[in-house]
Amino acid sequence: MKKNKKNQEAVTAASSIAISKQERRELNRREWKKCLKRDWQLYVLLIFPIICVILFKFAAYPGMRMIFMDYKPALGYDRSKWVGFETILKVFKDADFFRALKNSIIFNFLDLLISFPMPIVLALMLNELRFPKYKKVTQTLLYLPHFLSWVIVASISYVFFKPSTGLVNVLLMDWGVISEGIPFLTEKWHWAVTYLLMGVWQGMGWGTIIYLAAITSINGELYEAATVDGANRWQKMWHITLPGIKGTTITLLIMQLGRIMGSNFERLDSFGNVNVKDFQYQLAIYIYEKGLSGGNYSRATVVSLFQSLVGMILVIAADKFAKLIGEDGLI
Amino acid sequence: MSKKNKEIARDAEANRSESKGVSKIGISDIIIMIILGVLSISCILPFIHIAAKSVSGKAVVLAKEVFFWPKDINFNAYVTIFNDGQLTHAMGYTVKLTLIFTILGMIVCTCAAYPLSKKRLKGREFISVILLLSMYFSAGLIPEYLIMKKLGLLNTMWALIWPLIFSPYNMLIMKSYLQSTIPDSLEESAFLDGATNFQVLWKIVLPLSKPIIATLSLFYAVGRWNAYADAKYYVFRERALQPLQYILSNMILSSGNDAISFADGSLAANTPEVIQAAAIMFATLPILCVYPFIQKYFVKGVMIGAVKG
Repeated sequence: MKKNKKNQEAVTAASSIAISKQERRELNRREWKKCLKRDWQLYVLLIFPIICVILFKFAAYPGMRMIFMDYKPALGYDRSKWVGFETILKVFKDADFFRALKNSIIFNFLDLLISFPMPIVLALMLNELRFPKYKKVTQTLLYLPHFLSWVIVASISYVFFKPSTGLVNVLLMDWGVISEGIPFLTEKWHWAVTYLLMGVWQGMGWGTIIYLAAITSINGELYEAATVDGANRWQKMWHITLPGIKGTTITLLIMQLGRIMGSNFERLDSFGNVNVKDFQYQLAIYIYEKGLSGGNYSRATVVSLFQSLVGMILVIAADKFAKLIGEDGLI
Repeated sequence: MSKKNKEIARDAEANRSESKGVSKIGISDIIIMIILGVLSISCILPFIHIAAKSVSGKAVVLAKEVFFWPKDINFNAYVTIFNDGQLTHAMGYTVKLTLIFTILGMIVCTCAAYPLSKKRLKGREFISVILLLSMYFSAGLIPEYLIMKKLGLLNTMWALIWPLIFSPYNMLIMKSYLQSTIPDSLEESAFLDGATNFQVLWKIVLPLSKPIIATLSLFYAVGRWNAYADAKYYVFRERALQPLQYILSNMILSSGNDAISFADGSLAANTPEVIQAAAIMFATLPILCVYPFIQKYFVKGVMIGAVKG
C-alpha cells in the first residue's frame, strides 16, 4: 500500500517534470528573443573576431587531411593522390625526423631545466632586496632583453662572441686566459651552451613578474608570526615564501611542458648557421625546411600535428598529475 | 647649530635602530645586491658596447680597442646606412605596419572582449569556446600557409596582419579587466536612460579602460615589431614588404660572420664590424627609446593575465 502511493507520487513528479521541460523550452525561446532584442549590438560586435578566427584558423583545419595524401603543391588538394597512412609511416621511418625529434626534446628539456628555475631564484632575491630604488633600477634593466626580438639577441651574440673580434674573446685573450678565440657560435657544443644561456638571459627578468606578484599576495601575518617565533630570513623564505608560490610554479611548469616539442622557430633560425646544423635541426626547422622550402607539404603537416598532439597530451597528463598530488592544476 | 645637532641625533638613532632591529644589512644582503647588480648590468652592457663600436673609427675597432667607450668618434656607419636606404625604408614600412596592426588588433580585441565580459549574454560559453579553440590547437604551418595562398594574401602586407590579429591571450586580459573594474551598476543606469550597447561601450566603457587599452596596444605593437617568422613564410619574395627584423636577420645573420650584405653587395665588405654594430643599433634604438615608458604597462598587463591564470 505504502509502496503504491510512493509510485504514484513518482509518476506525478515525472509528469510535472515533463511539463516543465516543455515550458522551459518555451521560456528559453522567449529569453533568447529578449536577449537578442536587448543585446543584438553585442552580437554584431562579435562578428568581426569570429570571422577572423574562422577565416584564418578554422579554414585551415580541413587542410590537415593532407596527412593522408601525397600532397603536391602544383596539384592542390583535389588532384593530389590519397595514400592512406603511407606519408605517416614515411615520417616515422625518416632519420631526419628522429634527429629533429631528439634535438627538440633534449634542447627543450635543458631549456626547461635552466630557464625555468632562474626567474624563481631572481624573484626571491629581488624580494629580499632592501633598497626600493636599487630594486626598481635592477628590475627595469632585467626586463629589457624580453623586449628585443630574437634577431637582435642573436646579432648581439654574434658581436659579443665572435672568435676573432668578439668582446668576450678579446677580453679573455687580453687577460691571458685563452690563447685562441673560443668558437661560441660556430662549434656545436659551444653553440648549445651559448644558445641555452642566451635564452636564460632573454627571459630571466621578465619571468620574475609573475612570481613577484604571487609573493606579494602571500599573507603578511605569516611573516610577522614567524618573526615572533624567531625565524630568520632563510627559514621564512623556505617555509613561507616558497610554499606561497608553489601553485604559480606548478601552473607555469605545466604550461612549459606543453612546449617541450615546439621550439621557437625565430630563436633557432636566428642562432642557426651551417656549422651547428647538427644541433639546430629541431622540429620547427624540420617543418619549415621539409615543408615550405622543400615542398614536402604532407610530411611537414604530419610532423606539426604530431608536435601539437604530443604537447597537448603532455599538458593534460601534467595537469592530471598535479591534481593527483593535490595541487590546483591548470585546466 | 641646534638643527644640525638634531640631525646628528636623528642619524644616530636611525643607526641604532638599524643595527638593533630587522633591517640590519648583512653579508647576504650584499651578496644579493652584487648578484642582481651583475645580472642587470649584463642586460645593458651589450648595448653600450655595440653603441660605442657603431660610432668609433674603423681602425680602432679592428685593433680591438673599443670596449665601452667610443674612440675616434664619427658617424660614417650611420651615413652609410642612410645612403643605402634599405634599413631606413624597412624602418618606415615597419612603423606603418605596426600602426595598422595595432589599431586593427585593438578593434578586434575590443569587439570580442566587451560582449564576452557580459554575463547576461546568451550563448556566451559557446562563443568563448569558438574564439579560444585556436589558442589550444592550430592546424600547423602548411595548412595555414595554403589558406593565405588561397585568400590571395601571399606577398602582400596583409599577410603579416590578418593571421595574428585576433589574440586570445589579449582578449582574455581585456575581458577580465572589464569584468573586474567596470561596475555593472554604471552601465545599468545608462541603460535606464535609454542608452544602447554601442553608446555604453563608446561613452562609458572605453573611456574607463584607457589603461588596459594602452597596455594591450603595446603588447600588439611590440609583438608585431619583433616578429619575423611570418615574413619568412608569407612575404619572402617581396623585399619591399619585409619588416625591419627580417631585413636585419638577412643582413647580419645569414651572411656569415664576416660580411654584411647590402643590396649591392660590395658596400660594407671592408668595414663590417662598424656597420654591423650601427645596423644593430639602428634596429634596436626605437625599442630602447620607448622601453622606459612602456615597461610599467607591460608589467600591469602580465599581472592581470596572471590573476586570471
